[in-house]
Amino acid sequence: MLTYTIRRLILSIPTLLLISFVIFMLLQLAPGDPMAQVPLTVPPEVKEQMRQALGLGEPPLVQYGKWLWQVFVLEPQVFIDWLTRDTMLFGWLPDTNLYAGELRVISWQTRSPVMDIVIQRLPQTLWVVGLAYVVGILISLPIGIYSAYRQYSVFDQAGTFVTMIGFSIPPFFTGPLLIVIFSVQLGWFPSIYDTTHVVNDWDSFVFQLQQMIMPVMVLALQTTAQFSRYMRASMLDNLRQDYVRTARAKGLTEAVVVNIHVLRNSMIPVVTVIALGVPAIFGGAIITENVFKVNGIGQLLITALFANDLPMVMTLTFIFAFLIVMFNLIADVLYGVLDPRIRYD
Amino acid sequence: MSTQPKRVRNRETDMKLKTLLLGAAAGVALAPAAFAERGSDGQVNIIYWQAPSIMNPYLSGGTKDIEASSLVIEPLARYNEKGERVPYLATEIPTVENGGVSEDLTQITWKIREGLLWSDGTPFTAADVVFTAEYCMHPEGGCAQRAKFDGVTSVEALDDLTVQVTFGQPTPNPYGPFMGGQSPILQKAQFQDCLGAAASSCTEQNFNPVGTGPFTVTEFRPNDVISLEANPNYRDPAKPAFATVNFKGGGDAVAAARAVLETGEFDYAWNLQLAPDVLEQMAAAGQGEPIAAFGTLVERIEMNMTDPDPSLPEGERSTVAHPHPILSDERVRRALSMAIDRELLVEVGYGQAGRATCNLVPAPEMFASDNTDCLTQDIEGAKALLEEAGWTDSDGDGIRDKDGEPLSLLFQSSTNAVRQDFQALIKQWWSEIGVETELRNVDSSVFFGGDPGSPDTFQKFYADVEMYANNFDGTDPQPYLSMYRCGNEPKPSTQWQGENINRYCDEEYDALLDELARTGEMSERTRIAKALNDMITKESMTIVPLVDRGRVSARSNTLGGVVLNTWDSELWNAADWYRIDG
Amino acid sequence: MTEPTPASPQAIEALRDEGPEAPPRSQWADVWRQFLRHKGAVLGGGFLIFVTLAVLFGPYIWTLDPQQLDIRNKDVRPIYTVLWNGDATVSWAHPFGTDNLGRDQLAQMIAGGRASLAVGWAAMVLSVLIGTAIGVAAGFFRRLDGPLMRLTDLFLSLPILPLLLVAVTLFRQPLRANFGPEGGMFILIVTVIAITSWMPTARIVRGDVLALKEREFVLAARSIGTTSWKIILRHLLPNVLSPIMVSATLGLATAIITESALSFLGVGFPSDFPTWGKMLADAVPRMVDFPERVMLPGIAISLTVLSVNYLGDGLRDALDPRIRGR
Repeated sequence: MLTYTIRRLILSIPTLLLISFVIFMLLQLAPGDPMAQVPLTVPPEVKEQMRQALGLGEPPLVQYGKWLWQVFVLEPQVFIDWLTRDTMLFGWLPDTNLYAGELRVISWQTRSPVMDIVIQRLPQTLWVVGLAYVVGILISLPIGIYSAYRQYSVFDQAGTFVTMIGFSIPPFFTGPLLIVIFSVQLGWFPSIYDTTHVVNDWDSFVFQLQQMIMPVMVLALQTTAQFSRYMRASMLDNLRQDYVRTARAKGLTEAVVVNIHVLRNSMIPVVTVIALGVPAIFGGAIITENVFKVNGIGQLLITALFANDLPMVMTLTFIFAFLIVMFNLIADVLYGVLDPRIRYD
Repeated sequence: MSTQPKRVRNRETDMKLKTLLLGAAAGVALAPAAFAERGSDGQVNIIYWQAPSIMNPYLSGGTKDIEASSLVIEPLARYNEKGERVPYLATEIPTVENGGVSEDLTQITWKIREGLLWSDGTPFTAADVVFTAEYCMHPEGGCAQRAKFDGVTSVEALDDLTVQVTFGQPTPNPYGPFMGGQSPILQKAQFQDCLGAAASSCTEQNFNPVGTGPFTVTEFRPNDVISLEANPNYRDPAKPAFATVNFKGGGDAVAAARAVLETGEFDYAWNLQLAPDVLEQMAAAGQGEPIAAFGTLVERIEMNMTDPDPSLPEGERSTVAHPHPILSDERVRRALSMAIDRELLVEVGYGQAGRATCNLVPAPEMFASDNTDCLTQDIEGAKALLEEAGWTDSDGDGIRDKDGEPLSLLFQSSTNAVRQDFQALIKQWWSEIGVETELRNVDSSVFFGGDPGSPDTFQKFYADVEMYANNFDGTDPQPYLSMYRCGNEPKPSTQWQGENINRYCDEEYDALLDELARTGEMSERTRIAKALNDMITKESMTIVPLVDRGRVSARSNTLGGVVLNTWDSELWNAADWYRIDG
Repeated sequence: MTEPTPASPQAIEALRDEGPEAPPRSQWADVWRQFLRHKGAVLGGGFLIFVTLAVLFGPYIWTLDPQQLDIRNKDVRPIYTVLWNGDATVSWAHPFGTDNLGRDQLAQMIAGGRASLAVGWAAMVLSVLIGTAIGVAAGFFRRLDGPLMRLTDLFLSLPILPLLLVAVTLFRQPLRANFGPEGGMFILIVTVIAITSWMPTARIVRGDVLALKEREFVLAARSIGTTSWKIILRHLLPNVLSPIMVSATLGLATAIITESALSFLGVGFPSDFPTWGKMLADAVPRMVDFPERVMLPGIAISLTVLSVNYLGDGLRDALDPRIRGR
């Protein structure tokens, strides 16, 4: 398993390079122009000068090479400098000062380093999207297990009904619906998320909860629906297997049979789906973030896409690609842990 | 109240004085403490559904960025809500009459107010103004407002408080540089290392410019939220009334309208392009009101005078080499225009924020032609005109044809709920006169982008007709009308860049344009501009104007002092905003 | 699955024997009988048949043109509104009411259902087929695992919006020329949704296959010389059926919603071409005044997805020899 993991890790480097190249070429091919949001009153010659100033005149391969250099050399330098300068963990080390002021990956919209904005956006993204994911998992797994154990019971039927309806109603509808009910009619929660809010006492914590509750609900509904369906289906398959009968025959309690034996064997599809979902946390939730004005990474990506801010789109997509490759690797390793019969070598 | 007379003195006209006094009286009635002292009214919450990404309008032409930065940095003079020029950092508007503009129209001399301070406490001088010109005119900077400085040969500081701008040729409208929200003054001390290619690396400067405006940035989160506080060195010691500004961005127009009109979380929401019934329903909640003002923005249909047929080789589609097989006939274009009921379009799409129009230049009033022929829908007349042009329904399928070719058009526009409703309505009317229409909508980031590789840009015009809106900066329509000059059309040789979108070409029009550029006398200029407007609209029907579109924003009932301005930044008078108690 | 032994009577509810052994009958009759026992599946199937018939033959019964504007009759409420609001504008000519431009909602629902169901089913089937094929191949053949899974990683990483724009730029014109504006868009939309949504299915199927192929019954099959193809078809696929069913159900819902997002981006059908997803999206700003405009398409989508879900449950139970025939 260890050699497999190491081999995969090494292999992931060319994979990621290939992915980044494909993404880059895709973005080059895609129609779009960073000048699209500049008003029509600005004449075309001026727009052309602005494009030149952004470096759009260079051949694509040169642009790609520059981007690679910035992401793989300059950004890590900045990061290490930051670690040794400002963090508790490595602050005791001497300041490294690796970064010497070269041009980092600069967003075309904001003319500021992309990574700084990403880091600025992480807190609200993790608070809202990450929490919704955790809540979704915590609710969905028990629902899935119990629904399978008591298949076609009232609980199972109700669960199926609610989750399927929840899944088939898109967030662009549930979001405004919640706002109309809870912000406009009842006035309980703010409809606009305050990203500058700082939690430092009980009241501010309560406010944070209030402003998070609606986006988390919308997102958790989708996650719950999806995971509980896979959990239930997989549990149902395994509950019918012979080993379950054997375990019961051995005199194991139902709790042990279901929660240890069956559950462990049913986790493979669920682990796959959960691992596929984790990079999406960092990807943010484009529609939900937009509806509640959470302005996390999802909103960052979509505004960058609409503004054709290629360095930003490229860097964000690459971060997601990295996370996807890593979490799929983790899922593969977990398969081996869950089912020792699985061998890759 | 003590500051009112002082402010009034700076205004130009008696009219202005009256409005102000009325406004002040209303303010007093509603809010006795409104003008008490700087920062006494707490926080004002502003929401822009497009989030600002930078506070430097020279690096981004986006309206959202220009308006956000107008809270912090100011030009020498602005346009007021009527389109009149009012001095801000200058003492008066230079004109030929007061000697500020030279007789030969090649020089304009601005006098700066005495005692102005930047928000960091240093004095504001003519050197800053000169630097601003240098910053934008730097060839490598990619300045978005470069067109404002067109024709400028030099900008000099005659003394600490006098700036002279010299143009290479007589310029009837010398108010490009340093006028309006697009051309504010940057501080030389802060930006002097940011010239040319270095402009992009000046993140701190671009996010937090030192300004003379009523507020300064405390925290700038790009594309998210801006926190601002009152500028301690603002020239009027009693202003601004608000101590802090929370400037939130993101979401969509519906959500922004809701936050002001229904939940009351925000005080001001920008540019709410929503269907009138949606806005009305929200306003019924009573937390605030939508406000509208008109400028020069006209929603129009552009007719393609060239053939966009996909069977033509790439590089020849939609070029002047191939005239349009259907739309080259003026009668067809006129019939298409006659079939449209503009009043109904306004009712469906814009309500109080729209006016049916037949003009490309609907304002300022002196430039607006009295062209109203198109306002009445005439389906029968349109049918007759098509018959006359030889388009008959020979095979009885409800679609007219000529020489075996059906009268079928591809109608494209950008994605936007109101535009799609318009497309559906117009398709319906055209089908009534026997014209088949295929609708297409393109995402606006592609449609308005100039990517020569995309077939879907409005410049490339691979469709028969298209609908969008355009306007012009300031109050002078000359550059706007000059867009329709022969040879200025987008074409492969110019990477499909160009402003003559419908490929209109008329020597007489070009001759009249040249005459306009030579004319300085105002009544003569308006006559020529009106003639040009009529040539391209009612005489040739190349451009079919539909709606003179106003700007709709919303303010909460507790926010006073808002004067919606379409000629400059909407936040132009944020220093005068105050809280209405109650 | 290859050893159909009856479960012990005191086992869990779902496995309990009911009634005496039936006399021998053919396998498919058994499947059908088991399927009919599943009430949800029967109801779901019935609803799907009803909806399919309605969207196919509805236009011949309700002959109003869904794209016909009638601005004088805009904002008509559905007929049932009269029950609680006597003042509402209603008309028997428009039993489901009209939208803000006076288009008949019933006709729109029928036409929209046609497009949504066609797109939803086609995209879902295509995506599940691709996902299953790649998942099985990667899980079963060790040599294919690496390349196929890296391909999956690549597809997962691709940003969807630029991908769509590229697809439109490259393929819209040829497709439009060959299949007409709507047919061409249909092919483009289905393909785009399918190639951006097969990856989770592929990874799930692969994970299950990795575990299954080490099981004893596969070993047994292999030891008696069964070909790989037969093993996959006979032994592996039936055992990964339930996650595939879940993927398919969720995929149908996603495809119907994604289609509406595409037309919002201007990549989908022409703007006056109704689909359920687009009707829902368009109605959201007016949902307070006209809740029916979100409810009608919303309920239609939900019921369709629920029906497919129950149908899938019923089919899976019916095809499972451990449950069937008892």
